[in-house]
Amino acid sequence: MAVVGSEVRPRVRDLKGSAIRFGLMAVPVAFFALFFAYPVAAIVGRGLKTDGTWQFGRFGEVLTDPGIQHVLWFTTWQALASTALTLLIALPGAYVFARFDFPGKQVLRAVVTVPFVLPTVVAGSAFLALLGRGGLLDEAWGVRLDTTVWAILLAHVFFNYAVVVRTVGGLWSQLDPRQEEAARMLGASRFAAWRTVTLPALGPAVAAAALMVFLFTFSSFGVVLILGGPAFSTLEVEIYRQTAQLLALDTAAVLTMVQFVAVCGILAVHAWTVRRREATLRLVDPARTSRKPRGAGQWALLAGVLGTVALLIVLPLGVLVQRSFATAEGFGLGYFRALTSAEGGAFLVPPIDAVWNSLEYALVATAIAVVIGGLAAVALTRRAGRFVRGFDALLMLPLGVSAVTVGFGFLITLDKPPLDLRASWILVPLAQALVGVPFVVRTMLPVLRAVDGRLREAAAVLGASPWRVWREVDLPMVRRALLIAAGFAFAVSLGEFGATVFIARPDNPTLPVAVATLLGRAGELNYGQAMALSTLLMLVCAVSLLLLERIRTDRTGEF
Amino acid sequence: MTLHDESLLGLEQASVRFDGHAALDAVDLEVAEHEIVCVLGPSGSGKSTLLRVVAGLQGLDSGRVLLGGRDQRGVPAHKRGVGLMFQDHQLFPQRDVGGNVAFGLRMHGASKAEQAARVAELLELVGLPGAARRAVGLLSGGEQQRVALARALAPRPRLLMLDEPLGQLDRSLRERLVVELRELFGELGTTVLAVTHDQGEAFALADRVVVMRDGRIAQSGAPLDVWQRPADAFVARFLGFDNVVEATVSGEAADTVWGKVPVPAGTPSGPCELLVRPAGVRLVPAAEAQLTCTVAARTFRGTHVALHLKPADAPRLEAACALRDAPEPGSEVGVAFEAGEIVVLG
Repeated sequence: MAVVGSEVRPRVRDLKGSAIRFGLMAVPVAFFALFFAYPVAAIVGRGLKTDGTWQFGRFGEVLTDPGIQHVLWFTTWQALASTALTLLIALPGAYVFARFDFPGKQVLRAVVTVPFVLPTVVAGSAFLALLGRGGLLDEAWGVRLDTTVWAILLAHVFFNYAVVVRTVGGLWSQLDPRQEEAARMLGASRFAAWRTVTLPALGPAVAAAALMVFLFTFSSFGVVLILGGPAFSTLEVEIYRQTAQLLALDTAAVLTMVQFVAVCGILAVHAWTVRRREATLRLVDPARTSRKPRGAGQWALLAGVLGTVALLIVLPLGVLVQRSFATAEGFGLGYFRALTSAEGGAFLVPPIDAVWNSLEYALVATAIAVVIGGLAAVALTRRAGRFVRGFDALLMLPLGVSAVTVGFGFLITLDKPPLDLRASWILVPLAQALVGVPFVVRTMLPVLRAVDGRLREAAAVLGASPWRVWREVDLPMVRRALLIAAGFAFAVSLGEFGATVFIARPDNPTLPVAVATLLGRAGELNYGQAMALSTLLMLVCAVSLLLLERIRTDRTGEF
Repeated sequence: MTLHDESLLGLEQASVRFDGHAALDAVDLEVAEHEIVCVLGPSGSGKSTLLRVVAGLQGLDSGRVLLGGRDQRGVPAHKRGVGLMFQDHQLFPQRDVGGNVAFGLRMHGASKAEQAARVAELLELVGLPGAARRAVGLLSGGEQQRVALARALAPRPRLLMLDEPLGQLDRSLRERLVVELRELFGELGTTVLAVTHDQGEAFALADRVVVMRDGRIAQSGAPLDVWQRPADAFVARFLGFDNVVEATVSGEAADTVWGKVPVPAGTPSGPCELLVRPAGVRLVPAAEAQLTCTVAARTFRGTHVALHLKPADAPRLEAACALRDAPEPGSEVGVAFEAGEIVVLG
């Protein structure tokens, strides 16, 4: 095999390079070993080990059960269908957000991200209010979708629209439009130019987005629990049922393992597709690529996207807000006022305190996720062997492994020395950061890899140390991606529910936990308070995201 | 205005405005079949907009674009049958060399066999035989330029447009390629509309040169005519002539800051601007001198030396002299002007 000249380096440089890479990866590896692998392994061990021996026979018994097989089949096909539907509906949205300038774009970008951070139970309720018995559709046309799979699919699109718009649109806005123009000059129609030039360039981002959507819908919990009824059940719902209702920890452990293996398979496929598509793209300033829509076609596209957003995202959120004001005595602030007193008895503190708890936890979780994910992404940008690529996939695991299992695992493992964090507030941000890290890595990596290596060399020749090269070349170019990543991490931390519900202390509930607790209690006042708190959560998310959009546009002026 | 029957491309009063600023201001331009026209101008003069308008990538605010006598209003870019080579080539990074060259053929529905044959033919033509499977990211600048040219030529466009075709290449390569291009287009009979900011490139490539300024055409004509008789001070300076001076003509001479300068016979009296070509600034013994200068610097230009002369209390002027006559920097020289090398600017 021929050796390319530039790759022959003195041994010392090689050693130094691997030392840096090892250093960059050590922190994320330790983090994941301690706060992910250990708790999950402990929970699985507890389920599959009786009297010190492993009970692997349970695998055969569980997997041949027709009920379980049905669950596996449904989990897979609804995830595939949801992913396809989300891409179909959200890709035009990604294009519109990337390439068109229109009034209210920033607000709208924040609005489409709000569903993503809503607790799944709240979104489930919102869709129930829209599509279910006595819902908006039922009242207007007598149509009910809550007993069909369509309600689940639509709710999944509602959740994941932002994933596609942000992941794909972020890269799209930085692709040089002249690549498409070059294709047009060679005789390609608008669509052909998009299909042959832009789509392949977007490939890694589309694959990343599709993978995320598939993972979320594959492990969907709250939505299916509420909208699926007894007919539809995903793996995650089944794990919950087996753990919490049937107390069959062994079955739950088997299913957790099955989900784990499936997620590993998906991630392997993803790593393979991304590797095949890696190409150095020419990125340009997004401010140069977007313009006002021109011509009937472009205006129609914009109108279509705005209409979709209105129907699919604004309407369910609107129903939620409407219900938070619709008290028994007519429209008013009754439910909101009730949030400020602890008298309801649901918590030791007024429910409104959950807002501050949530913000504090989410900020800390974001900081952790950005540091851990950022280090990991930088380490992964330096091309290296199979080991590093495996690490890439490992970072994605928390997205697919059941949050219920992780939260439960935290409780049974981090409660004794040497690591007794049971009483510490840091436990919640740690669990939340675990879900945030994959977002940071996924958002940063495509952009970091697309940075032209010659720029780094130019900086190095001008006397910049590797750290300065990163600071002066990579950071300015990935700052947008970094802010988007931080936004995602903050958002998922705010909305994280499955793990937090096990570890948040009753005197320090987070917003989603408070909402779920209120929803779980009977009575109109509790339901109304849950809706009011959901509305507040929605507002907190919207304001934070809006601030982030603001920072982002201000900063681009620096370069 | 009517168009000639044989003109392939016609622009009539073409105007484009960006935020109130005119990028193209009522431009009239014709390009005949098999003609090579170079649009020359500084950046921001509207020359790239001109190409984009013809390509259909940019709409007109008023005026018309005609190709083969047909108004192109409403005809999308991919149906105009024109080729455009982009400034930085815009090769598709996901495709290899062959995939890039074959792209236009695929879009026009050519069969696989046709594509392969034409790709091989074109790579041969641009001097990259057998490069079809190479990755574009690994090509040198000159090779990328050749691939971009092959790609643009592949679908046989009726008009080929080049945006700064040699802009990013090094000088010697540029000088070689411009000759190659000229010969290639001559053999193929390609109609070419190129834009560049480099006058050397334009004059070597073109049958006709069009100089643009602020969205308008400042001068149009055969390279030699434009070179010999720049229409105004802007064109003269843009072509690299720095000896442009305010003058007042009376009879056969004109008063300038450099003293009395002879003018061609028949020049109307009154104020005007004069261009004194460097060749018209002769070094003479002090007795015959109209002006005494110090040699500030000299630049070797291969066949001659360009001298930068500093008069006592007037702007610098440039002179050309033979290699063996070149005075040392710092020495004092006498200067006389020659009527044949002096041009009255409009």
